[in-house]
Amino acid sequence: MEIGRGTRVPRYLRRLQGTASKTFLCVFLVLSASLAAEEQPPLRWGGDAEGGAPYVEADPSDPQKVAGFDVEIAELIARELGRRAEFIQVAFNSLDQSAIRGDFDIGLSGIEDTPVRRGAVAASIPYYRFREVLTVRDADRERYRSLEDLRGHRAATLGGTIAYDMLLNAEREHGVIPVSYEDDVHPYSDLVIGRVDAVLLDNVLAARAMRRTRGLYTHPDAVAIGHYIVITSPRNTELRDRINAILRRAMADGTLESIFRKWNVWNDDQPQLYADLAGTQDLAKKGQSPFSQSLPSSAASSPSASTFEQTKRYFPALIRAAVITLLLSCLAMALAVAMGMAIAVGRVYGDRLSRVALTFYVEAMRGTPVLLQLFVIYYGLASVVLLPAFVAALIGLGLNYAAYESEIYRSALEAVPRGQLEAARILGFSEAQILRLVRGPQAFRLALAPMTNDFVALLKDSSLVSVITVVELTKQTQIFAANIGSWVVPGALCAALYLALSLPLARVARWLEERWRSSTV
Amino acid sequence: MNGRQSTVDARQSTRDGSPSTVLVARGLRLARGRREVLCGVDLAVDCGEVLALMGLSGSGKTTILRAVAGLDRFDAGEIRVDDVVIRARSDPRRTRRALRQRVGMVFQFHFLFEHLSAIENVMLAPVHVQRRPRGDAESRARQLLDQLGVAHRATALPRELSGGEAQRVAIARALAVDPPLLLLDEPTASLDPARRNELGDSIRQLASEGRTLVMTSHDDEFVRDFATRVIVLADGCVVEAGEPAAVLSNPQHPATRQLLQTDRDSPAWRPT
Repeated sequence: MEIGRGTRVPRYLRRLQGTASKTFLCVFLVLSASLAAEEQPPLRWGGDAEGGAPYVEADPSDPQKVAGFDVEIAELIARELGRRAEFIQVAFNSLDQSAIRGDFDIGLSGIEDTPVRRGAVAASIPYYRFREVLTVRDADRERYRSLEDLRGHRAATLGGTIAYDMLLNAEREHGVIPVSYEDDVHPYSDLVIGRVDAVLLDNVLAARAMRRTRGLYTHPDAVAIGHYIVITSPRNTELRDRINAILRRAMADGTLESIFRKWNVWNDDQPQLYADLAGTQDLAKKGQSPFSQSLPSSAASSPSASTFEQTKRYFPALIRAAVITLLLSCLAMALAVAMGMAIAVGRVYGDRLSRVALTFYVEAMRGTPVLLQLFVIYYGLASVVLLPAFVAALIGLGLNYAAYESEIYRSALEAVPRGQLEAARILGFSEAQILRLVRGPQAFRLALAPMTNDFVALLKDSSLVSVITVVELTKQTQIFAANIGSWVVPGALCAALYLALSLPLARVARWLEERWRSSTV
Repeated sequence: MNGRQSTVDARQSTRDGSPSTVLVARGLRLARGRREVLCGVDLAVDCGEVLALMGLSGSGKTTILRAVAGLDRFDAGEIRVDDVVIRARSDPRRTRRALRQRVGMVFQFHFLFEHLSAIENVMLAPVHVQRRPRGDAESRARQLLDQLGVAHRATALPRELSGGEAQRVAIARALAVDPPLLLLDEPTASLDPARRNELGDSIRQLASEGRTLVMTSHDDEFVRDFATRVIVLADGCVVEAGEPAAVLSNPQHPATRQLLQTDRDSPAWRPT
């Protein structure tokens, strides 16, 4: 529409001349301006439907249709602005970056009020007060009453949240082992099956988990208090101020209360929040939250520190994560190589049945996403065998890459000239000896270059295991970036570390090739 | 079509069944689909003989070598090497186990083990199959390479060897397990005339040591100079046999004449 109008107007202008044309132009401009005012663009609001009810839940039959209290607040804001609300799906951990990029006008999806966030985007006044609460298994309710009780035990939460920062603090202060999840469902299901011993999350999420899962107990005392806010682009403080006014009105006239009551999340904390807000109108206008202080400020997320200081603080964690990436990749590759060899030998030498079975394995592993395989191994098999996250990651990547390696070895084995095998047979070697002394060594040399290639690919694919709670290099970088509100330094550091890991590989491969050239019988 | 049957009995010039007969084949038949590759071949080779199998491409020369080496099975007849009898349709794997290094073979394209040096190629079977001490195997290998004139190339990898050198290493590798019968497939195919004569001398030397050699060849001059007997094959049948000088100077069968004609007219078939 816009483009069409834009291209037609100049043609008009060329033909029309004199006063008459100017008059026409004025009329035209006035008309189009009034039309634009009537047809307000929709208010694009970003949220993550994966968060589910009561925040934002997608209709299973139509993911564009969403429901939840955040949805209703977004619609309320849109209505007050005289615009139509249009939902845009954005991953929870990317909401800030998306707001800065301008992917949407406003974001709300249980977004927490943190000092870093206030530094990065324009944040509204809080519209909901929540408690960070500790959920444990029923049997442990006396044993684990607070974070201090969890020394040496695993406590889970959603990554990139205040709760995760609190667990990192608890790691330093009480020796708690923090486990970061990409969603808020699996922390609780892993709590039930014993992979973790406690979950620290918002009371809204805890209440939902308690309804869904039996055998859990949530301590009523708040470990900390937090707030949900609406975010907009940092350049759009004017919209933010209008939202603040709308929220204040909705608090005063009971609209917010009715929304929260409808979604069953209304409690005594909310009137308290509204009363607190009434006295701090001026502060909130300046873009500061008077409530951030109620949270234990994590050393990591202080916005005042310089990027250099923050980098220095995060660097050891990045190195640790790089070590995990390297360790995981090496072990997974070792498994892939061993299994790949066995599969290749089975496919070249095996009988019909084993050949068919192994071909099926290879095609199934290569034809399905490794992400799906990781989910199945970690969560799907949890009822059969309870694998620790690192082991599940190792097995998942190893099994997947074994399929690729086996294809490399198979073609390498078949590339060794048949005549050499016949020469060896006449000399009296058994088939096993031929494989070990003649065919295998030559095939391995042929396979070395594609194997190195695969190892570099595996090194990078290992970032996928963050979906099953392993904090490796990419995940740690994400946490780093989320906490300082920028990707520039973390991204560059992360890339440098990956390169530092992968570049020596090529050298090792070349060294091996040289060494084998002078091998003996 | 009766002429398709073995027209000349290769045994005429041998003493079948005598203790010095190393290789005997009787009524050897092999069909690939509808095509008869071998149609009842008989032959016998005495100890110390150098037998040349001649014939146009596809006449069945190499097929006979492969059957004798236990690489391919055959449909009818039997093969006896020394005291081991190979029956029709027996599993090549069992055949090779039974033959246990009575037969050595040198392929047209050598097929040296590419990842091992020349001397390692020669030592591999003595060390791992015969379980000989490394030191012994190595000195024996060096001796063989020396005898064949390639001792100076002992540490070279196959890809660094010339065609002639590779062939002599391949002969040394076959001889390392000391087989009484040595099969050579087109041994002169990749040699220049000087190397050809060296090879001929080596063959004579081996025969004089009591080894029996069977080779396939297109090269009538080489056969005339170094073979003690020639068998001419056509379409899987023996069509002529006897002293090389006699057979090749006075060819009786059209196939033999055609063979000599082809050789003279177009040497281009010869792989270099």
